Amino acid sequence: MDGLLALYIFMLAAFTGYEIIAKVPVILHTPLMSGSNFVHGVVVVGAMIALGHAETPLEQAIGFFAVALGAANAAGGYVVTERMLGMFKKKEGTQ
Amino acid sequence: MTAPFYVQGAWFVGAALFIFGLKGMSSPASARRGIVIAGYGMLIAIAATFLVPGLHNLGLIALALVLGGGAAWISGQKVKMTDMPQMVAIYNGMGGGAAAAIAAIEFARGDAQGLVTTTLAVLGALIGAVSFTGSCVAWAKLQGVLRKAYRLPAQNAVNVTLAAVAIGLGLSMIALAPAQPQLIIGFFVVALVLGLIVTLPIGGADMPVVISLFNAFTGLAVGFEGYVLGNPALIIAGIVVGAAGTLLTQLMAKAMNRPLSNILFTPMVASGPGE
Repeated sequence: MDGLLALYIFMLAAFTGYEIIAKVPVILHTPLMSGSNFVHGVVVVGAMIALGHAETPLEQAIGFFAVALGAANAAGGYVVTERMLGMFKKKEGTQ
Repeated sequence: MTAPFYVQGAWFVGAALFIFGLKGMSSPASARRGIVIAGYGMLIAIAATFLVPGLHNLGLIALALVLGGGAAWISGQKVKMTDMPQMVAIYNGMGGGAAAAIAAIEFARGDAQGLVTTTLAVLGALIGAVSFTGSCVAWAKLQGVLRKAYRLPAQNAVNVTLAAVAIGLGLSMIALAPAQPQLIIGFFVVALVLGLIVTLPIGGADMPVVISLFNAFTGLAVGFEGYVLGNPALIIAGIVVGAAGTLLTQLMAKAMNRPLSNILFTPMVASGPGE
């Protein structure tokens, strides 16, 4: 990828991340941490590509490990965040 | 990089949904909807990846997805609400491990070429590996597996030395690319040990802030490996989380009324590689 173009993406993404969090209430800190933990689970896509191009058994083993870990990051991150926010909603409703 | 436009488009939609989702999660009323939107983004991104031409090992990929995703899904459903923080830690660590493993494959293949690519691959590998073992320690502490805070004599000096060795090995990998297998293995071992040693002395009460920091680390690692793989969706998702996580870590530390440096005790080492 064009290095400078990537630099622009880095910059804009960093600003986006900063702006999303800037005014978040304290009660949402932990769910948001969990939610962003889920979002970087997209690493599984990179792991799938790496495993898809693996040739030697060693590369396949590392790639398999990477995909399994990435999938766990995504799936676990989703479930945990969803449960946290579900509890949060109930608490809001009773008040 | 060579993916056809419909795969690229799906990744783009995925990245956009992640940002919408995170935005939703930052306000109480729309928080629940936010995670569902981000979830659809993830499904679209993963499904589209199967359509990348020239992928081998499709069976292995599907098996790893089912095993890793299934195990995490079930454990995430079963865990008690009070045990949530350590689950976030362990899933986060796995993401960091995945990023480091991607870098390991790139090094093993000798695919990471050019100064910028090699540098980001090494940086992502270092941060990802530290996040992996560090998060495992955080999990062990909150889970009650590790009850004591293990503090080495001259802990700060050990931290600084280990970090310097890791960075030195990383620099020589950049200089000698493609690096020798022994060098690559040595680098990963030192990086993994660094994550352990830095996290072991931190007490359980401070762990949420540390988990948030490692969350930001993993985001950065994912973003850097996204560059190495030439995948903008990974760059965007990773860097957004890296920036958001860094700010969130500061906010959490502030909410505890303690400066981050106080919690980490050795800010030079703990935040050095990430910035």
